Amino acid sequence: MRDEHAETLRVTVDGKPVDVAAGATIVAALAMRAGLAGTRQSVSGMPRAALCGMGICQECRVTVDGRAHVLACQTLCRDGQVIETGRPR
Amino acid sequence: MKQQYDVVVVGAGPAGLSAARAAARNGARVAVLDDNPRVGGQVWRHGPRHPRAAALNQRLAALQEAGSVALWSAARVVAPLDTRGLLVESEEHGAVTVGYQKLILATGARERLLPFNGWTLPGVTGAGGLQALIKSGVPVRGERIVIAGSGPLLLAALATARQAGAEVVAVVEQARWPAVARFGLSLAATPAKLWQAAQLTRGFAGLRYWTGSVVREALGNGRVERVRIQRSGNPADDIVLACERVACGYGLVPNVVLAQALGCEMRGSGVVVETTATTAATTNAGAAIAVDDSQRTSVEHVFAAGECTGIGGMELAAVEGSIAGLAARGVDAQALQRWRAQRVRWQRFAARVEAAFALGELARTPPSDETLLCRCEDVTYGAVRAHANWRDAKLHTRCGMGACQGRICGTAAALYFGWDAAQPRPPFSPAQIATLMEAAAAPTSAD
Repeated sequence: MRDEHAETLRVTVDGKPVDVAAGATIVAALAMRAGLAGTRQSVSGMPRAALCGMGICQECRVTVDGRAHVLACQTLCRDGQVIETGRPR
Repeated sequence: MKQQYDVVVVGAGPAGLSAARAAARNGARVAVLDDNPRVGGQVWRHGPRHPRAAALNQRLAALQEAGSVALWSAARVVAPLDTRGLLVESEEHGAVTVGYQKLILATGARERLLPFNGWTLPGVTGAGGLQALIKSGVPVRGERIVIAGSGPLLLAALATARQAGAEVVAVVEQARWPAVARFGLSLAATPAKLWQAAQLTRGFAGLRYWTGSVVREALGNGRVERVRIQRSGNPADDIVLACERVACGYGLVPNVVLAQALGCEMRGSGVVVETTATTAATTNAGAAIAVDDSQRTSVEHVFAAGECTGIGGMELAAVEGSIAGLAARGVDAQALQRWRAQRVRWQRFAARVEAAFALGELARTPPSDETLLCRCEDVTYGAVRAHANWRDAKLHTRCGMGACQGRICGTAAALYFGWDAAQPRPPFSPAQIATLMEAAAAPTSAD
């Protein structure tokens, strides 16, 4: 459900624009873009997505504005952020 | 850059914010560090469409009124320094050396995530993990979710998921019904908790709440599509449910990495395991920081409060935080008596939770040999099992050597094998070069 009163931000995930509510973390943008598919590939090539939601498991790590290994679950979305996942395209 | 404070608090949940409030009211300049982008910890997590809890607002108002408290969110402690200082990487301040007269650890707890076949599929999260994701803005409307594992947190996750429009198809609790029922009755002795539980269980009618049951397997092609639940010792009783998500967590484990790096003594009351229907015993998996009556650790100038000293819920954490904040300012023992009485009350409640949700045989049954134990390096349970201890397993399989530094698989290995799964060493998280250079510039003797 879209909250008309909430301010939205636009980020890009793997080159595609994604609108998220202000205050959302990057993990929300990943979910909106990838749905229930993974956003990281494991060392043996399996898809992975956020597991712990609180900065422990490192499964949600992505590259944000060129900086690698950013934890999506602990980083707020900012307007214009460029997010790259390890998801095969 | 170097900054100096009278009291530095690590962790901005109920314990940390209560400690900061108490210390600030007693004249301290305080910094509160937290690695999350917002203060509040896990229990007061907020985000879009999830406003701040009243209790959090009260704390923040008190801190503002005190006027001497700096709240640093998105600030990670990278390493402790020799001379009452921490190396911190902060989104706002960059690499900083933060010096303290007294340090209060309020690092909280994480979920115990145990492997099962298919647990690496996207769609599998922790139970508290699901709650955290939803509050951070992850949409779950219309999704079918199975919540599993153990403890009161499952009911909290249920409430959050339902509120966000998900269809919770079942709650799967490993503890057996008599223990859960006894716990439910014991709530009557604790009115505030009773009220909380009643709120959480509103709409319990029609929900499948299965006790003495565990998730054995998540199935699906590239994501969760079904889950197999074991309900007895007989595989014929297993039930397969269709769902998009499995949110599974077996209680909480204290976060003690920083405390261990500082040299604080631990106590081994980690996991309570059920030995018979009525008694419980502990294993050494999941140590907590040892503290005295004033929340002092074994290391001079270092205090600890909240769930890093043992799992006990937010009320206990807040009381312990208040004691730590007062004690850190040298407030006399007499003034602490009122708080200590409250602490005893909440400790009794924590003991009841611990007994009711002690991990039983089903939950402690290891997964199949093919199940991945280490998700960072993709190492199977079978490969790890072939080794005699954690160190050998790490050396030969790379288990626990990946990005999470064994925080997930080490906790599971400790439960299955009784291993003392060594905690990460500094730097605790991937730090930027500039941060490590800041450490090199930091003084190594008293200044």
